[in-house]
Amino acid sequence: MSEFEVATAAVQAALDAGARYADARVMHRRYESMSARNGEIEALTQDESLGLGVRALVGASWGFHAVPELSDRAAREAGHRAARTAAASGLVPGPPVDLVPVTPTTASWSSPYDVDPLAVSLATKGDLLVAATATAVDHGADLAEGLYQIWDTTKWFVSSEGHRIDQHIRECGGGISATAIGDRETQRRSWPSYRGQYGTTGWELVDSLDLTAHAARIAEESRELLTAPLCPAGETDLILGGEQLALQIHESVGHAIELDRILGWEAAFAGTSWLDLAQLGSLRYGSELMNITIDPTIPGALGSFGYDDEGSPAVRRDAVRAGRWVGVLAGRDSAAVAGLDYGGSVRADGWARLPMVRMTNVGLEPGPHTLEEIIAATEEGVLMDINRSWSIDDKRLNFQFGCEIGWEIRKGRRGRMLRNPTYTGIGPLFWRSMDMLSSEIVSWGTPNCGKGQPGQIGHTGHPAAPARFRNVRVGVHA
Amino acid sequence: MSSELGLAGQVVELVGRLGGVGAQAEVTVSRGELALTRFANSAIHQNVAESAVEVRLRVHLDGRTVAGSGTTATPENLRALVERVLAAARFAPRDPAWPGLTAPQPVAAPLPWDAATAQAGPDDRAALVRAFVDAAGGLETAGYCRTAVRTVAFANSAGQAVQGRTVEAAMDGIARADGADGTARDCAQRLTDLDAAELGRRAAAKARAGTDPIELPPGRYPVVLEPAAVADLLQNFSWYGFNGRQYAEGQSFAEPGVAQFDSAVTLVDDPLGAAGLPFDLEGTPTYTLPLVEAGVTRAVVHDRRSAAEVGGESTGHAWTGSSTIGPVPRNLRLAPATTTTDTPGVPTTAAGTAGAVADADTAALVSRMSRGLLVSDLWYTRVLDPKSLVITGLTRNGVWLVEDGQVTRAVRDLRFTESYPRALGPGGVLELGRRAVRQPGRWDGVWWEAPALRLAAWNFTGGASG
Repeated sequence: MSEFEVATAAVQAALDAGARYADARVMHRRYESMSARNGEIEALTQDESLGLGVRALVGASWGFHAVPELSDRAAREAGHRAARTAAASGLVPGPPVDLVPVTPTTASWSSPYDVDPLAVSLATKGDLLVAATATAVDHGADLAEGLYQIWDTTKWFVSSEGHRIDQHIRECGGGISATAIGDRETQRRSWPSYRGQYGTTGWELVDSLDLTAHAARIAEESRELLTAPLCPAGETDLILGGEQLALQIHESVGHAIELDRILGWEAAFAGTSWLDLAQLGSLRYGSELMNITIDPTIPGALGSFGYDDEGSPAVRRDAVRAGRWVGVLAGRDSAAVAGLDYGGSVRADGWARLPMVRMTNVGLEPGPHTLEEIIAATEEGVLMDINRSWSIDDKRLNFQFGCEIGWEIRKGRRGRMLRNPTYTGIGPLFWRSMDMLSSEIVSWGTPNCGKGQPGQIGHTGHPAAPARFRNVRVGVHA
Repeated sequence: MSSELGLAGQVVELVGRLGGVGAQAEVTVSRGELALTRFANSAIHQNVAESAVEVRLRVHLDGRTVAGSGTTATPENLRALVERVLAAARFAPRDPAWPGLTAPQPVAAPLPWDAATAQAGPDDRAALVRAFVDAAGGLETAGYCRTAVRTVAFANSAGQAVQGRTVEAAMDGIARADGADGTARDCAQRLTDLDAAELGRRAAAKARAGTDPIELPPGRYPVVLEPAAVADLLQNFSWYGFNGRQYAEGQSFAEPGVAQFDSAVTLVDDPLGAAGLPFDLEGTPTYTLPLVEAGVTRAVVHDRRSAAEVGGESTGHAWTGSSTIGPVPRNLRLAPATTTTDTPGVPTTAAGTAGAVADADTAALVSRMSRGLLVSDLWYTRVLDPKSLVITGLTRNGVWLVEDGQVTRAVRDLRFTESYPRALGPGGVLELGRRAVRQPGRWDGVWWEAPALRLAAWNFTGGASG
C-alpha cells in the first residue's frame, strides 16, 4: 500500500466508526545528530521513525491514535480506535466543535536546499566539529562542544474533506560553545547562538556558519568573562542583540498569541495568555516600531512549510502592526471557537503526536538603523547578546532572561565586558519601551520549543534584529 | 523469553553476522502503550493513545561508535537498521573514549504490575476526569490523566540479556477561581490508587483560597514548599548536580564526602521503588543509590562513559541523552522526617484539610512558621549558572502569607533567583514533613517524591508586576 492509501484507509475506518471528520498523517523522519567535545566525537546518532497518526471527531469530541505499522489492518484499527477514543471524550463533553473551512487540496511541496545534509559524508561533518572544538580548547576553553542536527521528514496527509498532500521538509543546523570553569561559576560563549542556528534548508547553512573561524574568539571570551565585572543592578537602557531578541519574541509574543493558550486549552501545563480576544485589533502591545508577522513562507527559516498538519496552506499574516495586536496563531477548531476565519499554524512533532497550535516563523520586521548607530545614540546602558537562560510566567507577562555576555555602553561607545547579565520586565511594558530598531535581520531557528502533553518539541523561526529598550531593570542576581 | 528479548537477541546476532567478530552491539527493544486524556475548561479536549515500538542499536566497530533507532520491528526493517548503523560506523569519526560493554550480570526481579492499569482504556481515564471535574464544585478545571505500560528488553554482544516492564498511572489537574489556580497531582502504579475526586476537591480548595491576592515586596522570606514545589528542586538537582558528566567536567556543585546540605536532607535515587526498570540503556543493573545522606553528598550518577572519565563504575543511569546531556537520576526521593516537633492540636500525618493547606502534614510545618510564605508549586525554572546552581523561576498555583502559624492572605505570584544548594545548605532546612508524596514527571517512568519542606529563606527577586 502507498502511504496515501494507508492514510485513506485510516480515515475511512474512523468515519465508519462514527466520526464526522477525520484526518490521518503518515510520517517518515530520518534524524541525524553528531556532537563533539574537546576535539573528539562523543555521539553520533541516526534515527528513523515511521508511523501513522489518525485524528477523529465524534460529535463534539476529538480522539487520536497512532501506530508504527503501515498495513491496511493496522490503519483501520488505528482509525477505529481514534473514533472510540473520541467517543470516550464525550463522557466529559465540551461545547460544539466546528472547523473553519479550508479548500480541500491535492498538492506536493518540498523545501528548497542546495546541499542535501544527509548526503554530506560523516567524516566531513565530524572533522568540522572536531576541528572547531579542538581550536576552542587550544584557546583556553575548559569545555568545548559542537553539535549538528538534521531532520529529513516526509509527510502524507489525507482528510475526510478531500485533502491529499505530501511534503518533504529538510531541516538542519548546528553550532559550537566554549565554557570556562571557575572556582564558583562557569562562563560560556556560543557561536552563532545557544544550541546553534537552524533552518529549513540544506547543509549550506552549517557551512555558512564557519564554526572553526569563531572558535578561538568564543574560547577567549569565555575565559575573560570569569573575571569580568558583574552586570550592575538597576534600571538602564538595554540594547539586545538579534539572537536574544529572537527568544524575547518567542517567549513574550509567540507563545502569548497562541490561540489554544488564549482559550485556556493549555491552562494546566503550558499556561494561558495575558491576551483577551475581546481586545484583538485594539490592544496596544508595544511601541509603533513593533511589527510582528506570522510567516511560514520565509525561504529557509525553521518555521517554514507548505501546508500545516491540518492541510491549511502557509500564509503570511500580521500579529502586531504598528504596536497594535491584530492576529493569532490558530488551528481550524480554535479559530472557529474564537470566531476567526483562519487556521494554518497547527503542527505535530511526529506521527505519534496530536497536531496542535505551534509557532511558525514569528518575527519582528526590521527598522532603519544599524547596531552601531543604536550604540552611538545611547548615552548610558547595557548591550546583551546570546541567550543563557529564559523564564516567563504562565500568562507570558513577567520574564527574566540571562545572556552569555554584556557590555557597558557609555556616551555612545561600547565599554567593558560584563559578567552574568540579566534583565527582567513585563511583556507589554517592555515592548512599549522599544525606541530603536536595527535593519540587520536574521531568521533565528529554535529547534527545542516544548509544549503539549505528551510532550512535543516544535521547530520555530524568529526573524529579529538588534533593538533598544528604555529603562529596563537589569542585573538580577541571587 | 519475551518477544522483545527475542528481537533484541536477533539484532545482536545480525550485527555479529554482518559486522564481523569485532563489532560490539547494544540493543534495546521497547514496546509501549501510552495514553493521555487531557481536559481543559472542564471538558476533555485532547484524548490520545500511542502504540509504539522502538529498536535502539549502538555499535562500536574499529574504534568508532554509532547509535541508531527505528520504529518498526519487521525482519526487513531490523536488517535495514543494522546495515545502516554498520555503514555509518565505517565512516564515523573515531571514538577513543568508548567505555566498552556491560558484562553479563543479573538484575533485580521486576516489580509487581497491575494488568488493569496496563489495559486501561479511554473510558477508564474519562471516568477519573469526570470525578475530578465534579469534585471541583463548579470551578473551571484542566489537567490530564495518563496511563503507560512499557515492556523493555536489552541484549548486548557481551552476553548481557535482561528484560523488564513498567506500568504507571498519573493525574495532574488545576481548578481555577477568579484568576487563582490551585493544583493537585499524584503518581501511582495502579490507576485505581488515584483518588481523582480527592485531587479535584484539593485543587478547588486551594484555588478558592488563592483569590484576592496581595502583592508582597521582593526579599528573602522563610518558606514552606509543598511537595509539588520540592519536586522542582529535585529535578534540577538531578539534571545539574548529580549528573556524572557535569561532575566530571567540573560543572556540578557536588563534592562527594562533603556536608553540602543540611543534616535533615537525605536524597535517594530509587528506580526500583516504582515504575522503573531494573537496568539502563547499557544493560547495567539499577539499584537504590543514596546521593545525600544526612546532609553529606555521597554520590553522583554515571553511565559507562562518565564513569570511565572519573575512574568509577556505572550506576545504571544511561539513557538516550546521557552521551551528550549526561546521566541523570530520574526517580529521586527526599526522605521525610522520622521525628518532628509536634504542635498541640495540629495533626501531623492525616490527609485532607481545607483551604490553602493541602494536607495535615503541611499544616504542621505552617503552624511553626512565624512569618513567611507557603508555596504550592514552582514554574519555568531555568539555570543561570550550573555550578552554583543559581536558578530563576516563578511561583505558580498558589502562594500564601503565613503569620503566627496561620495562613492569612493569598499573595500574587513571585519571581525568585536562588541557589538551590545554598537554600538547602547547612542550617537552611528547618523542618521536613512526615509524608512523602510522589509527583509525576513530564514523561512516564520519571517521578519525584518528597514531603513538604520548611526552609529558613528563599530569595524572591520580583513580583508579578515586575
